Amino acid sequence: MTQLLKVSGISKSFPGVQALENVQFELNRGEVLTLVGENGAGKSSLMKILSGIYAKDAGTIVLEGAEVEIDSPKTAQQLGISIIHQEMNLMPHLTVAQNIYIGREPRTFGFVSERRLNRQTAELLDRLGIHLNPRKRVGDLTVAHQQMVEIAKALSFDAKVLIMDEPTSALTESETETLFSLIEGLKLRGTGIIYISHRMEELRRIADRVTVLRDGRYIGSLDKGEIDIPTVIEMMVGRHIEEGARPTAREHAHDDVVLKVEGLSTRHLLKNINFELKRGEILGFAGLMGAGRTEVARAIIGADPSEGATIFVQGKKVKISQPADAVAHGIGYLSEDRKQLGLLLERDVNTNVLLASLKDYTGPLGFMRTGKGKQKSRCYVESLRIKTPSIHAVTKNLSGGNQQKVVIAKWLARDCDILIFDEPTRGIDVGAKEEIYRLLNDLVEQGKSIVMISSELPEVLRLSHRIVVMAGGRITGILNNEDASQAKIMDYATNMIDEKSN
Amino acid sequence: MNASPVLEGNPKTDQPVSGRSDNALTFLRAKLQQSLAFGTLIVLVIFFSIASENFFQWSNISSILLATAVIGILALGTTFVIITGGIDLSIGTGMTLAAVMTGIFLVNMQLPLLVGVIGGLLTGALMGFINGVNIAILKLPPFIATLAMMMIAQGLALVISGVRPIYFSGVDGFKDIALGTLIPGLPNAVLILFILAIVAYLLLSKTLFGRYTFAIGSNEEATRLSGVNTRKWLIVVYTVAGLFTGFAGVVIASRLDSAQPQIGMGYELQAIAAVIIGGTSLLGGRGSIMGTVIGALIMSVLINGLRIMSIQTEWQNVVVGVVILIAVFTDTLRQRRSAS
Repeated sequence: MTQLLKVSGISKSFPGVQALENVQFELNRGEVLTLVGENGAGKSSLMKILSGIYAKDAGTIVLEGAEVEIDSPKTAQQLGISIIHQEMNLMPHLTVAQNIYIGREPRTFGFVSERRLNRQTAELLDRLGIHLNPRKRVGDLTVAHQQMVEIAKALSFDAKVLIMDEPTSALTESETETLFSLIEGLKLRGTGIIYISHRMEELRRIADRVTVLRDGRYIGSLDKGEIDIPTVIEMMVGRHIEEGARPTAREHAHDDVVLKVEGLSTRHLLKNINFELKRGEILGFAGLMGAGRTEVARAIIGADPSEGATIFVQGKKVKISQPADAVAHGIGYLSEDRKQLGLLLERDVNTNVLLASLKDYTGPLGFMRTGKGKQKSRCYVESLRIKTPSIHAVTKNLSGGNQQKVVIAKWLARDCDILIFDEPTRGIDVGAKEEIYRLLNDLVEQGKSIVMISSELPEVLRLSHRIVVMAGGRITGILNNEDASQAKIMDYATNMIDEKSN
Repeated sequence: MNASPVLEGNPKTDQPVSGRSDNALTFLRAKLQQSLAFGTLIVLVIFFSIASENFFQWSNISSILLATAVIGILALGTTFVIITGGIDLSIGTGMTLAAVMTGIFLVNMQLPLLVGVIGGLLTGALMGFINGVNIAILKLPPFIATLAMMMIAQGLALVISGVRPIYFSGVDGFKDIALGTLIPGLPNAVLILFILAIVAYLLLSKTLFGRYTFAIGSNEEATRLSGVNTRKWLIVVYTVAGLFTGFAGVVIASRLDSAQPQIGMGYELQAIAAVIIGGTSLLGGRGSIMGTVIGALIMSVLINGLRIMSIQTEWQNVVVGVVILIAVFTDTLRQRRSAS
């Protein structure tokens, strides 16, 4: 194998922070190098240096045997280094072809030739083995397909080095498989891939080598044969993490039902959803993307309209027509999209923690009692161990795990007894994940009840007492944890597909 | 495992997590745009004082303040709207309709002074309420909803008044609302502006309503999912803006001692300009009443100063336009810097 990229001695500091210190790694042609590390380990900074967004303070970058200076994103592109960001950078109103070749449209007499553009795109997609219609609007595609468009766009620059930042964070297992086979194809073409991931189980699948960063430093690399998940995690967090034991439905003592949903349907997707949530229980919701799990949550809390649902909270029939009603009945929803739907990113921790319970800190005439509120949010910052310089720090600047804790604090401050977590650990690093898991367990031990939607089966099995599996807008199975396995859940999750093909 | 603090919070272990310096830094940064605007105001006052000896006379200062009153009151109300990320174009002609209705109540219907004035105020509030319903419930874009209301209010003002001014000459005490001097030398209109500014400040900074105003502007959907009845609060925001419009209507009617149905168009843009110069973001989530007051003062100091220096009216507009550009530009510059 020939060496494609060699990076050594990279340092970068920002005012007050040493983001990277003497970091190194190597990448060969046709290889997947997986870069892991907790949030704040310096992965993103390193990739931003490679893609020309940041300038390095020290160190060398050698591409195909020659030292290069990457001083702008344009240079990186010309050198053949492309990056696919975690947040997609596509224009939803433009077509696939228009997105891929934006800024480089083929022209005839100064006019954009849509025909040549589409032909060119079809050829590109064909070469990559991606089956997509170039004329389709990107906004109408699934997240997985949008990602394919991003990859195609990156490769349309004849990228030799492709950087992928958590590409599977929004994908289901089957979509992930498609992505992996695309990556296999790229490897055969000789593309070197730097793959950033939080998902340990992916390492074994696709990594040819793993490089670990911690606190801006290079910790070490493992070759394919040596990759062992506990070792990697230990390198990442600098301490040993035990695999937790799985809970069972049997050991769950309480029998009283705190939330009962009957006959919930929506116009487009959900059909006759029925389930019960018991006190102190974690009820996992598993299923493929598009199965309707988030839709169930949003319909229950009144964020979206539903039809014919009867909902009982603590045995009493309730009417929920907007989120304010759900909150009044003690149901809090923690969205999968923390940044867009869970937080006021531009505002401070204090504001976010108190957002749902501001009324409790209001005196006569609607005047706020700010002191009391601040005291409360300081308590939560401390008890949930939210890492923030102060309660007045802007939420945007916290790490993913700490942002999630802020959202949790918001609902605890409102004293919600029923919490619906939608993908509680999406975009959160391994160490913080463990902490969120512990937190969820603490919460149910104290008598809270949790509905947990998750696309990560190990997570579902690790935490849930019982597991609801959905497919195509229906519940296809409800399993006790002791009866469940990843394979069994997948059977139920693909149930609809079987029905259709029969 | 001692898990109870998770649930209860524990006031006993409440140690300040915050560093004091960090607190002060955020505070300073928040004040920067305001102090920038305030600095500009001071510079302008000093400049015009040197340029013309007539400028820094109490009679002139008093007339600057009087000229600020109407635009200032409109700007106060619309600050709330702009902080939610919305816009209200109907405040200019809405003010006119409120003035005309005050005229109808007091002159045509001969109602008692207080009742007529309250009627004028409620006219404004009602228009704001309708704006709020259109925006929060019918989900019309604020620009469109209030553009429509702007035209409706203008039309109604003309129809109701019969395209003729309504004179208040027979109404005792009406003129004193704006031009009386409870504080010697200071027209009541200015007093009303300052009182309303204090009320607006308290509303925005110290109440639940103010918190929700900022929260909605910051991220409306996240606020809604947090169990805040955002539709209700949006309606309240526009109604409050409408109420301020009503105040502006009464003040301008009193100042002119007549309801002029033809004026009003264009006032909304001046009020919005004052809000923007004062550092409130058109994107929502950020702004202050203090800034708005300063912004309104900058506008009227500029216009008054240029007039005293005998610069043509046409050029006054150009200068105000340039000031708006500079104000918004420095603001984006500052934001870009704090983002990187």
